[in-house]
Amino acid sequence: MSQSSALPAEQYNYDIIRRFTIMAMVWAVLGMSVGVYIASELAWPFLNFDIPQLTFGRLRPVHTTLVIFGFGGSALFATSYYIVQRTSQARLAFPWLAEFTFWGWTGGVALGVMTYMLGITQGREYAEFEWPLDIAITLVWVSYFAVYIETLRRRTQPHIYVANWFYLAFILAVALLHIFNNLAVPVSLTKSYSLFSGVQDAMTQWWYGHNAVGFFLTAAFLGMMYYFVPKQAGRPVYSYRLSIIHFWALIFLYMWVGGHHLHWTSLPDWVSTLAATFSVILLMPSWGGMINGIMTLSGAWDKLRSDPVMLFLITSLSFYGMSTFEGPLMSLKSVNALSHYTDWTIGHVHSGALGWVALVTFGSFYHLIPRLWDSKMYSQTLIYVHFWLATIGIVLYITSMWVAGIGQGLMLRSFDDYGNLAYTFIETVEFMHTPYVWRALGGAFFVTGVLVMVYNMAMTIARRQPAAETQLSAKPAQA
Amino acid sequence: MRHEQIETNSGLMLLLILVVISIGGLVEIVPLFYINETVEDVKGEVRPYTPLELRGRDIYIREGCYLCHSQQIRPFRDEWLRYGHYSLAAESQYDHPFQWGSKRTGPDLARVGGKYSNQWQVQHLNAPRSVVPQSIMPNYPWLLQTDLDYSDIVGRMRALRWTGVPYSVTQAEYDRNVKTFGKATADLLDINQAQDNLLKQARDRDFDGNPSRITEMDALVAYLQVLGTMVDFTKYDEGYFARFR
Repeated sequence: MSQSSALPAEQYNYDIIRRFTIMAMVWAVLGMSVGVYIASELAWPFLNFDIPQLTFGRLRPVHTTLVIFGFGGSALFATSYYIVQRTSQARLAFPWLAEFTFWGWTGGVALGVMTYMLGITQGREYAEFEWPLDIAITLVWVSYFAVYIETLRRRTQPHIYVANWFYLAFILAVALLHIFNNLAVPVSLTKSYSLFSGVQDAMTQWWYGHNAVGFFLTAAFLGMMYYFVPKQAGRPVYSYRLSIIHFWALIFLYMWVGGHHLHWTSLPDWVSTLAATFSVILLMPSWGGMINGIMTLSGAWDKLRSDPVMLFLITSLSFYGMSTFEGPLMSLKSVNALSHYTDWTIGHVHSGALGWVALVTFGSFYHLIPRLWDSKMYSQTLIYVHFWLATIGIVLYITSMWVAGIGQGLMLRSFDDYGNLAYTFIETVEFMHTPYVWRALGGAFFVTGVLVMVYNMAMTIARRQPAAETQLSAKPAQA
Repeated sequence: MRHEQIETNSGLMLLLILVVISIGGLVEIVPLFYINETVEDVKGEVRPYTPLELRGRDIYIREGCYLCHSQQIRPFRDEWLRYGHYSLAAESQYDHPFQWGSKRTGPDLARVGGKYSNQWQVQHLNAPRSVVPQSIMPNYPWLLQTDLDYSDIVGRMRALRWTGVPYSVTQAEYDRNVKTFGKATADLLDINQAQDNLLKQARDRDFDGNPSRITEMDALVAYLQVLGTMVDFTKYDEGYFARFR
């Protein structure tokens, strides 16, 4: 990328990015706080307060939707609009349509979580929106696609930078998944029945569900990584060849693995075996991405000592590597027999969601915020504070979930000397109380870190000064 | 083809991505609709839900029960001892959407039908810790206090009929159901009698223990009490169902 001579703010549309960045943080605070609340409900059930709107069953989709689609989605809109403009050296196409994606997405998430609290849901995990919202989201998504692809087409650089490959795959895959998984027959504005039933419905849902992870929470965030890690490190991407191979392998393989959520169920064995096989192979392209990211820092490892933003980015890649190793392990039928239905799965998701998705976003935002508001971060110390609060929170979270999940799995399958079940189900629930308390505490650490970031961000915006030459300005990264 | 050609042409890249991401679903999902062995042949033993059970199921979905309770028993010894025979695909063939779940914060419910009395179910839903002190389930007191809204039961059954659930509207459909399920069941699946059937089942069985009202509790308990009870496993040889896996 060559440095542009024009002022960035004039050359590019930063306004929409600023708004998505702020909304991402708003959703993060709300969604993660709801997460801590429902985690506490599991430890102390009186917190349900006999209020329908506050019960675990209704709030859990509120949590997942706010963090995945609210926080994650807004972060992806913000970073993709930034990256596609910067790497294409072109201003965002169709500004009014981009505007619509902001209001549509923000309104959709807000309205969606309110409907869940009222009990309006499709009853499909991570796809709980009822059909009118699904249609609205489809319109927003098509607009997003139009803005994105047209900006790419207007690029003044011959090559499409690698980050954009991932974002493009994410936009296309999410459209495909969203449409097929939400096919339903409406009864009224607030109720529909899915078109498919039983085993076919289950497979469609987990094809969607796992690729919500694969494309929404992985491919797209790899796009984020491919821009911000080289930028922050001031070094080119480690291997261009590796990025090509792991990109195509990753997007091909992910679409096969959803069936590992249905091992040992009424799903035919041939699908579940295929899913397990592809899950194991998926380790390679996943680690390809991790290696490419971490090795980008080779020769500049000292930055880990001096730059807290780099600490966020490299730690996120480490958690990415860890959870993409744990995933294939859990997709083996023998391991899955123990882990499935337990909190091990919840811990696994959060090592990806907090460790990878949230940390790479925070790191990228700390790089982005000074550029969007033409200033310097208010406090470097607070970035360190955030980093440690987040890391301690994640470690507490995933270790307590390993204890709860593996513990429950082992208890449920143990027999006494006479071949009878050694434990009743409720004994495993009692056992999980302590890890549930630790998990809620871990979540509270993480939310506190986010609040520190919000404060740091707010002060940065409030006290911005004319841009001095910042230390952060990076050498050009090669595509 | 050199990769340079792809990464300098957004249209080509878009096309190739679409091809690459479509393959997995085409290979793994589409055949499930066409391979007959995917759903076991249980000779018409599994029937669609009655109007009251259907409304109960809607409430089950509304409250997000599936987020803590699975409805899918796996073929392991401990699950056999705890819950019963492993779940068949046939048993959820009329479930739009499926409710297999992904997490057991509470026990599996695939065969909870008939395991506890109606009275136990009502008390447990109303105040779980009054029967299981260590339980962490929320109380659902509003189920007993809220009258069941069954005004759109016909619309709900018609929507399901549209997806392929054998609820009947025409005489021909009714006759087909008599043949598959027998007359008593065929009557229950007749959309023209939906409201009468719902009221009759709620009054006759009085699931919530309060004969003067038809509450959401009536519907939810009716649903829970039918879960996993439709297939009579004594009728099948050992190994019969394994042939379908």
